[in-house]
Amino acid sequence: MSSLAALPELSELIPDLLFFIFAGVAIVAAMAAAVAPKIVHAAFGLMATFFMVAALYAMLGADFVALAQVIVYVGGILVLLVFGVLLTARTEIKLGVERGSTKTFAVLAGGLLFLVLLLAIGGTTFPTPEKPAEPEPTTADIGRAFLDPDGMLIPFELASVLLLAALVGAAYLARRRRSDA
Amino acid sequence: MQSLLDQLIESTSWLQGLPVGLVYAAGMVIACNLVLVYASALAGETVWLERRVSGRMQARIGPNRVGPQGLLQFLADGLKLLGKEDIVPKTADKPIFLIAPIIVFVGAFAAFAVVPFGHYLVAADMNVGIFLVLSLTSIEVVGIIMAGWASNSKWAILGAMREVAQMVSYELPLGLAALSIVVLAGTMNLSEIVYQQEGWFWNWYVFRGPFAFVAFFAFFVSALAALKRAPFDLPEAESELVAGFHTEYTGFRFAVFFLAEYAAMILFSMVTAILFLGGWSPGFDIDLSGPLSRWIGALILFGKTIALLFVMIWVRWTLPRFRIDRVMYLCYKVLLPVSVVCVVGMAIQVLLAMTVFGGRANAFGTWLMGGG
Repeated sequence: MSSLAALPELSELIPDLLFFIFAGVAIVAAMAAAVAPKIVHAAFGLMATFFMVAALYAMLGADFVALAQVIVYVGGILVLLVFGVLLTARTEIKLGVERGSTKTFAVLAGGLLFLVLLLAIGGTTFPTPEKPAEPEPTTADIGRAFLDPDGMLIPFELASVLLLAALVGAAYLARRRRSDA
Repeated sequence: MQSLLDQLIESTSWLQGLPVGLVYAAGMVIACNLVLVYASALAGETVWLERRVSGRMQARIGPNRVGPQGLLQFLADGLKLLGKEDIVPKTADKPIFLIAPIIVFVGAFAAFAVVPFGHYLVAADMNVGIFLVLSLTSIEVVGIIMAGWASNSKWAILGAMREVAQMVSYELPLGLAALSIVVLAGTMNLSEIVYQQEGWFWNWYVFRGPFAFVAFFAFFVSALAALKRAPFDLPEAESELVAGFHTEYTGFRFAVFFLAEYAAMILFSMVTAILFLGGWSPGFDIDLSGPLSRWIGALILFGKTIALLFVMIWVRWTLPRFRIDRVMYLCYKVLLPVSVVCVVGMAIQVLLAMTVFGGRANAFGTWLMGGG
């Protein structure tokens, strides 16, 4: 039983371990998405990042948001992205900046953003409860918040009007091209 | 699952010495592996079922040599495929080519974790069950594009592009048809959805009003298309594209694609049975929550799954393939409006049941509003 005595500590370590795995893979995949020479590799790096972020959401108890992340970003946006690349598959697309001056600006802008984020994150105090609360189902609360006039009803409806306008615009563009031909 | 594990911990003394979290974690891993084995074996047998049924439909016998009635055929085929050379085409994108089958496999099998086979017989009893099934099956598409693109072959890339166009389109009516049941049930938890359908068969969601009835067909047809089953099998149309996205795959990687395809068929049959046909409920009023009788429930769900699988196979060997524009027409101009009407109609039905028909106060109101 002596070996079993160490087990409680080990089982408390599992969430931390999982967090570092998810966060680490997310960072590595995000870097791959930024620097991969082939655009398809970059897209798949982005997919891995989306997954890992979804896993982090799930670890925070936000089950609905995690799955929405997968279904919207991986199943929708990423698939359309790669679909677009597939249509141009035969042409070699080289990513990355070519000219030296652009490179300097890119490094400057990236460095500045990093600095701002670092200051912002360092200056924020995150509330960390001693013992994490038991995760509760979030779906019903999200649904109620969307339909609550004092909650998110107006932003939600505005977003849906925006999406509808985009949809009508896309349908209009597709229609025009066909009648011209 | 958690309640099952709690019972187990209470009755077993040496488990009580261990930290609860560890027992839960171990129990989850074991349960998920059991589900994986069950799903893989069932997928293998579905291949056999398909070959036997198609044989019968074409007035021939089909595989009947390995094991009783040829039931062990999939083991022989699997062993044969294991022994084949794992070829990677010279111009293929090697890492993506090698990862693609794994992603397809994960997309097809992971969602079995939330499928309730009987009372408490579910690996992960999640509140977002049906949403998880839909989002994980959308991962499969990514794997298929990866396979098609990495193969660097025109057959593969054409198959992958058709698959993407078809899957992305049919996800909409599929999700909306499922959503109309979520409106009726008031939950996305698959176990909860089955509890609400227990009792006599008119409690099954397919029979609760016209919208649920139409949603059932919309869901099943969309599932057929999302599974790229005939008559929607354009992504791998043998007569045009050799084998579509998996043309360049050999040996075990091909077997993984093949298995994942049949696993996804089983998954959607099970989910259809759970959402619309009462899951493990046999259709008459009987308590199946006991430690032994819940396995009878699992057997009943198995029977319903096989029945729906048979319908899928039957359709495949009966109907010719659609033309791609007819596939898209059916999705956007038929199934999508129909499933939108189902969602809105279902919302009105639940609202009417609450207000006009007295809600939970009388039996008809309760029947009409489900758990919503």
